Amino acid sequence: MSAVKALLEARGVVAGYRDREVLHDISLEVAPGELLAIVGPNGAGKSTLLKVLSGAIEPWRGAVALDGRPLREFDRRALARRIASLGQESNSAFAFTVLEMVLMGRSPHLGALRLEGARDLRIAAEALERFDLTALAARAINEISGGERRRVLLARVLAQEPEVALLDEPTAFLDLKHVAEIFSRLTQLRAQRAMAVVATLHDLNAAALYADRILLLKDGRAVGCGSAEQVLTADNLRMVYETAVYVGRNPVNGAVTVLPGAPA
Amino acid sequence: MEASPNLTKPDSATPAPHRGSVPLEITQAYLTRARLLGVMSALGVVLAAVCVLAALFGTVRIDFVRALRQPSSPDHAILFAARLPRILMGAAVGATLAAVGAALQALVRNPLAEGSTLGISGGAAFGAILALVWSYHFGGGWALVPLAGFAAALVSTLAVYRLGQMHGRLEPFSLLLVGVIFNTFWSALILLVNSVVNLYQTRSILFWLVGSLEAPTYYEVAAVTAFGGGGLMWLLWHARDMNLLSLGDDSARDLGVEVDRVRRAIFIATSLMIGAAVSVSGMIGFVGLIVPHILRLAFGADHRLLLPASFVAGAAFLVAADLGARTLIAPAELPVGVITALCGGPFFIYLLRREGHRGIAV
Repeated sequence: MSAVKALLEARGVVAGYRDREVLHDISLEVAPGELLAIVGPNGAGKSTLLKVLSGAIEPWRGAVALDGRPLREFDRRALARRIASLGQESNSAFAFTVLEMVLMGRSPHLGALRLEGARDLRIAAEALERFDLTALAARAINEISGGERRRVLLARVLAQEPEVALLDEPTAFLDLKHVAEIFSRLTQLRAQRAMAVVATLHDLNAAALYADRILLLKDGRAVGCGSAEQVLTADNLRMVYETAVYVGRNPVNGAVTVLPGAPA
Repeated sequence: MEASPNLTKPDSATPAPHRGSVPLEITQAYLTRARLLGVMSALGVVLAAVCVLAALFGTVRIDFVRALRQPSSPDHAILFAARLPRILMGAAVGATLAAVGAALQALVRNPLAEGSTLGISGGAAFGAILALVWSYHFGGGWALVPLAGFAAALVSTLAVYRLGQMHGRLEPFSLLLVGVIFNTFWSALILLVNSVVNLYQTRSILFWLVGSLEAPTYYEVAAVTAFGGGGLMWLLWHARDMNLLSLGDDSARDLGVEVDRVRRAIFIATSLMIGAAVSVSGMIGFVGLIVPHILRLAFGADHRLLLPASFVAGAAFLVAADLGARTLIAPAELPVGVITALCGGPFFIYLLRREGHRGIAV
C-alpha cells in the first residue's frame, strides 16, 4: 500500500482519557478507496482510535494527518467536509424525520442560514435509496428500529460526501442480509468515489471477507496489521482473545474464517 | 458549483437515484422554503387576530370606533394608554420566553426544559429585584434592572447546566431536579429581600413570583422587543447547529459544529432574553414549555422553523392568556402567570409521563 499516497495517517499515537492511557504508540495509514478494519476484544481501544482519527480526541503524543496536514490545523467544518464519522450515539432528543437526519450530513457544506437545496435533496435521496430507506423517509427517527436507525446514520455519512469514513461498528444491530448489503454498498462507494473506510468490527469473518487490511489491537497496542492471512492467524487470535479458535477457509469464497475452537 | 456531474450522473452499478423529481412524501419530510414561509405567515395571521381580540375586550367595554376617531375620549385613553401597551408587552414577553424555551431545550436536549423549570427565571427575578432595591436607595438608573436580570440568569443557567451533569453527561432528571430546587431557592431569596427591604415604591412581590403584565410603559415594551428580537437573531444564526446538537456533542462535532461556541452563544442569548423579559413581567412560567412542544408536534423539530415559529406563536399565546387574565373574573384581574401556570402544570406532567416512556435524551 505504500505505493499509493496515504490519505489519513497516524504516527506514534498515544492517547487516553484523563489519566488513563488507552492507546500506546499506534501508527496506521489509509489510502483512498481502501477499507481498513480495526479488530480486537472489548476495551482494546478500537473506538478511542477512531475518535483520535476523527479529531474528536487530541493525541497525547504523536499526530494524525489528513493529506499530510495535521488535523488540528483544520477547523471543524472543513474537517467535516472530508471526514465523516459514524459513532455509537444514535438517539436524538427530538423527533426528526429520517430524511432530515440524512440531510444533516449536508450541514458542513452549507452556510449557517441556507436551507438545503435541490442538490442536497438529491444527494440525500440517493443515500436513502442506497441503504434501502426511501420508504421510511418521512418517519420519525425515534419510531424506527435500531437496525434501521443504524442504516440512517450510514446514509448520513454518505450524504456528507467524505473522503474518509470512520465507522464504529457499522453493522451492529443489523441482520445478515443488511450486513452483506452494507458491505457491498461500501465496496461500490470505495470504487466510485475513492472513499477510504476505517471501521471497527467485532465480526472477524466480515473483516476477513471485506477489508483490504486488518489492524489487530490488544490492550491499546497493535498486534499486527496486514492482510487477513497475515493477521488473523490462530496464534495471534488465541493470544489476543485468550480463547481457543479455529481458523480455516470459507469453501465458497476462500476467505479466512474464524470459529470458536473450544471443544463442544 | 451547483451539480457537479460525477455526482449527479446515475451510475449503472448503483440503484437509480431520484432524478430531478422527488416523491411528494419526501418533500413533506423536511424543511422547505415554502413550508417555512407558509407556517410563519399562518402564525402571523393568528397573532394579528389574537391582538385585535385583545384590543376589543377587557375589564371595561370600549367603543372601538370612538377610540380611534376621538383622541379626547376615555375610550381612546383606555385603548392607547392601557390596553395597547399591555398587548404589545404580552407579545414581546411571550415571544421571548417561547423562543428561549426552544433554545434551552436544544441546549440540554430535553423537551421539559425552559426558563421556569430550570430555575433561570427565578435567578433573573432575584437579580432584577436586587437591582431595583439598589437603584431605589443608591440610584443607578433603570438599565441596571434588566442588566442585573441578565447577569443573574446567566449565572443560574451555567450553574444548572453544571450541576445537572453526572460524570460529564447531562442527566435529564437530575437537571430538572436541580432546576426545581433553584426555583424554590430563588423564590425564598426574593421573599427574604422583600421582608428586609420595603418595596412599596416598586412592584408587589406577587408580580415577581407569579408574573404579570400590569401597567407596562412603551419604554419597557421597546426594551424587551429589542432584547427579544436581537436574541432571536443570534439564536437563528445557530439554528442549524442546534439541530445537530440534539444528536449529542460527539455527533455534532463530527458534523462540523464548534460545540462550545454554539453553547456559549445559547447561554448568553437566552440569558439576555430572560433577563429582559423577567425584569418587566416577573416569572411568567411554562410559555417556553407549551409553545415549542405544540409547534414541534405540528411542524417538526427543525430549529430553523421552530425558533421563529415559537417567537410568533409565543406572542399570540401570552396575549391570549392575558386576555383571559383580564376578562375571566372581570372587573377584577388575574396575574397572567396564574393562567400560564394553570395550563403549564398539567402540561408538564403530561410531557414528563410521555417523554419518560421514550427515555428522553439518554
